[in-house]
Amino acid sequence: MQSNDLNPTSLKMARGAEQKTRYWPWLASLAVLAVVPFGVYPTFAMELMCFALFACAFNLLLGFGGLLSFGHACFFGTAAYLTGHAIKVWGLTPELGILFGTACAAVLGVLIGVIAIRRQGIYFAMVTLALAQLVFFACLQAPFTGGEDGLQGIPKGRFLGLIDLSHTVQFGERELPLALYFFVLAITFGGYWLIWRTVNSPFGKVLKAIRENEARALSLGYRVDRYKLAAFVMSATLAGLAGATKTLVVGLASLSDVHWHMSGEVVLMTLLGGMGTLLGPVVGAVTVGVLHHELASLGSWVTVTIGGVFVVCVMLFRRGIVGEIAHRLRRTI
Amino acid sequence: MDIPLQAILSQAMLGLNNGAFYALLSLGLAVIFGMLNVVNFAHGAFYMLGAFVALLGYDYLGQWLGNADMRLSFWAALLVAPIVVGLLGVIVEKTMLQRLYKVDHLYGLLLTFGLALIFEGVFTNYFNVAGEPYNAKPEVLEGAVNLGFMFFPKYRLFSIVLSLTVCFGVWYLIERTRLGSYLRAGTENPDVTRAFGIDVPKLRTFTYFLGVALAGLAGVVAAPIYSVSPKMGSDLIIIVFAVVVIGGMGSIMGAILTGLALGLLEGLVKVFYPPLANTVIFIVMALVLLWRPAGLFGKEA
Repeated sequence: MQSNDLNPTSLKMARGAEQKTRYWPWLASLAVLAVVPFGVYPTFAMELMCFALFACAFNLLLGFGGLLSFGHACFFGTAAYLTGHAIKVWGLTPELGILFGTACAAVLGVLIGVIAIRRQGIYFAMVTLALAQLVFFACLQAPFTGGEDGLQGIPKGRFLGLIDLSHTVQFGERELPLALYFFVLAITFGGYWLIWRTVNSPFGKVLKAIRENEARALSLGYRVDRYKLAAFVMSATLAGLAGATKTLVVGLASLSDVHWHMSGEVVLMTLLGGMGTLLGPVVGAVTVGVLHHELASLGSWVTVTIGGVFVVCVMLFRRGIVGEIAHRLRRTI
Repeated sequence: MDIPLQAILSQAMLGLNNGAFYALLSLGLAVIFGMLNVVNFAHGAFYMLGAFVALLGYDYLGQWLGNADMRLSFWAALLVAPIVVGLLGVIVEKTMLQRLYKVDHLYGLLLTFGLALIFEGVFTNYFNVAGEPYNAKPEVLEGAVNLGFMFFPKYRLFSIVLSLTVCFGVWYLIERTRLGSYLRAGTENPDVTRAFGIDVPKLRTFTYFLGVALAGLAGVVAAPIYSVSPKMGSDLIIIVFAVVVIGGMGSIMGAILTGLALGLLEGLVKVFYPPLANTVIFIVMALVLLWRPAGLFGKEA
């Protein structure tokens, strides 16, 4: 359908992506990720994977839908809390717990999305921020979240009731939680694949059309609000999936997961990596994660550094790392 | 419900006090947004900086200069802090914000968010997050005054009166003076305004100075009531964003009235149903968005 493509460049890009669907990048990255736990501290690697999924989910909305949500932590955090509660208190198996948390994030996404998409641009950012703050206070006061202490000691449990996810394998000097690692790898990779499919689908093209020129998309007969809401809910759901998985990895859900700092952090990951690129959020999430890890001893100077990276990105580097490379190579990544 | 009238009235007055701060802050945000199209995320940080200028001037300035008796009095701080904060704003506008007017407005928001993190982080490093008391409250404003129906702290009354005076002063400046007409013209159509020989970039710098100075002033006025802490602005700014969304950024008077009304509402909710006090403004925001997406005083875009 030609009329889908309002912008000649996005038409070219979309066609290029369709024609050149190759499987080796997927297989190669899977192969690399499969050996990562033998080199990198596995829990750290799993956390990075969760944040990468979170950033990709966020980027689906910002990079492809043009909507800057400043409240995505509320989906991430809500799913984290509810998954933790379901596994720890109700004794659900990990996959059901994650499913439950993710589903709740989806419902929250519908509720917030319906309100937020009534405004655009800067207002959209402020509205999502304020509604996320509402969720933050709800989490602060709810009896099951443990207030300032958070929800601690969440067990890993058995996948499908069969495979013990807390099982570790001896590798040289170290104990590697390989079962959990591959479980998390499957989830985050699946999420990423879903986002990739969405972006390259007719739905994704309409979304890009709305981003480029909303009035024109509307006049072509697309029900813009429905597309935006669908993108919002999908983004919220995947952000929830990331949060739910993170809870399982670190065994903890806390207020910092729902705090607006987290929302800011995911914006930074996407901005730094390159918004509107598929790989950018992953690169951004890993960079920010490593930055946090390396600077952990510096206390509040971490905040200053994060702020500084924000300023540098906005002033000099608006395409982000991947976007800049892609621009130099004149192709999409 | 068996709540004494006394309690309701006193909470209402406290709420009105908070509302005056909301009004002062959302006014600054609205002025900046109107002229620059920037949502100033750093507004809370500038509010915090205003309070810190007052605190540092009173407690530390003398030590730094080697004369322990030298202190910046409260009255002086009311004048000095907004200017210091405003000048910092001018530096920010001249070196960074100015370059972002041509790109998507979201970048202005992101830049000021980054700046807010930097300011907050630096002060968190040197000062206690729990906050430091500001002891420079002038003696004239100690004690309480009898309002007939209740005794109300003099300082709080002073802060309400001062905030409202400044708010209406700014309203007068923008709506009734020549400079204000330039500002409004620059908001409406910068190109044509420029063609009439008015220096729009300078006007923008001045606007940012004005908006940020208002935040600094609010910080000084708040300092004797709340303790001065690096995080004092960051949660407040989100409430003020909600206030701005509710009021709509279309009108100056709208920002002032919405701020006052929501402070009052928050105070009353604190009496009748305390658990909702933190969130009532956000709930109102959600309802207003469903009913009137452009805000109470906003024009449909």
